Amino acid sequence: MSSQVTVTVNGAPIVVPSGTTVAVAMAMAGQACRTSVGGEPRGPLCGMGICFECRVAVNGKPHRPGCQILCEQGMELRTNE
Amino acid sequence: MRQRFDLLVVGGGPAGIAAAAWAAESGQRIGIVDDNATLGGQIWRGESEAGSEVSGWIGRLRSSGVSVLRGRVFHQPEPCVLLAESDDRLQELSYKKLILATGARERFLPFPGWTLPNVMGVGGLQAMVKCGLPIRGKRVVVAGTGPLLLAAAAYLRQHGAEIPIICEQASWANLARFGMALLSVPDKIIQGLQLKKELAGTKFSASSWPIAASGRATTESVTISRSGKLETIPCDYLACGFHLVPNIELSLLLGCQIQNGFVQVDDFQRTTVSEVFCAGEPTGIGGVELSLVEGEVAGLAAAGRLVEASSLFGRREKLRRFARSLDRTFRLRSELRNLPSAETIVCRCEDVRYSHLRDHAGWRAAKLQTRCGMGPCQGRICGPATQFLFAWNPDSVRPPIFPVCVESLAGLIGDSRQELCEAKGGR
Repeated sequence: MSSQVTVTVNGAPIVVPSGTTVAVAMAMAGQACRTSVGGEPRGPLCGMGICFECRVAVNGKPHRPGCQILCEQGMELRTNE
Repeated sequence: MRQRFDLLVVGGGPAGIAAAAWAAESGQRIGIVDDNATLGGQIWRGESEAGSEVSGWIGRLRSSGVSVLRGRVFHQPEPCVLLAESDDRLQELSYKKLILATGARERFLPFPGWTLPNVMGVGGLQAMVKCGLPIRGKRVVVAGTGPLLLAAAAYLRQHGAEIPIICEQASWANLARFGMALLSVPDKIIQGLQLKKELAGTKFSASSWPIAASGRATTESVTISRSGKLETIPCDYLACGFHLVPNIELSLLLGCQIQNGFVQVDDFQRTTVSEVFCAGEPTGIGGVELSLVEGEVAGLAAAGRLVEASSLFGRREKLRRFARSLDRTFRLRSELRNLPSAETIVCRCEDVRYSHLRDHAGWRAAKLQTRCGMGPCQGRICGPATQFLFAWNPDSVRPPIFPVCVESLAGLIGDSRQELCEAKGGR
């Protein structure tokens, strides 16, 4: 297993250590995980799969819990609108 | 596909691991299900140095023949059957006996700016760092209440963060009494001394709490009230949590009696539903040692080894006394009810502001009229906050108790499940 994986965050590639969660990759890329119903950028709050603030579109599937999913090579991550 | 177990454990933290490890000695078919990628729960989080207590427990579980499953339990479609979802797949888990070890989450209180990116829970930020978030050279204000503040601050500092201050809302008088309570539990003294060493030189302020977080796109500074004086501190992160609240949603769904916010259990950790046991934080916030011993009692009792289970009662009682001292020490002060302004968002899922909530009679009315608590977290964050702010009581749960894929719900209907998944090609 490679020690690093490349994912894209809103289209831009970023290399992260394997074992990095999706929520952390979003933070490392400086991108919000989601936009709130009132239009605010949001990032992780609880870090443990409870608050759903870090939900991200992963490979086209919206509302994935970013703090509970590990990055995989080639994964496409997008801020959840 | 239904998987059948004599005993199913929900939650792979210390309580669940201890329960499953003991019960496994009976030779029964045992499963443990957790929604995270690694065993250990939030406190251990898969971290295990060789030779440590953590690796001992996890090793014991791994070699015990227990089936370790990943999935999030969201529904009980019929007696003694639970549904769990993982990677958009549905699992049906049947059991004769069930042990709930669903742990706890942080309590969050709303204040201006708490929805900014980089304002996180204390355990929340620690979890993110454990999952790879680079923290070296970052300035982190740690605030809120509870023993987690010191443990997380020490962890963050070890990983290169600069901690300008730790703000604890409890008073020195309360903390001093807590210090006396520590003397009754030798392990806790050693942990305390270790933390003191690791945090040497870090500023710690009692009777202090955050008033506001500010920044344009992310957190740039935090204003704190420190013994009555306001102070603004530039920082990259605010780690802020107000102790813990139990995860009791599944217990509620199964009809277990709740008393004062916690799952009611007898001496053998049995709930008011006869085949269901509960161990760890859902029965009372008490930390990892208490969770372990409660898990051991539940595992032994579920396997019918009542004499051995009862030999642990003494140790459990001592740790429960310690847990009660936690409650007293870190009780929230009433000033914290004044933290939100009219414009402060209380329900983050639905962006419901304080001014839209304060005039409602209760949780149910607020839900119906503002959508407070109706988003993906289902009130897990704003419920405990409004309980403190307005004395509302979130009183019931409905399945699914977590958001799930349409396909998983369709699975409840039966045969059409497979076809629907294929037809929709995803969510």
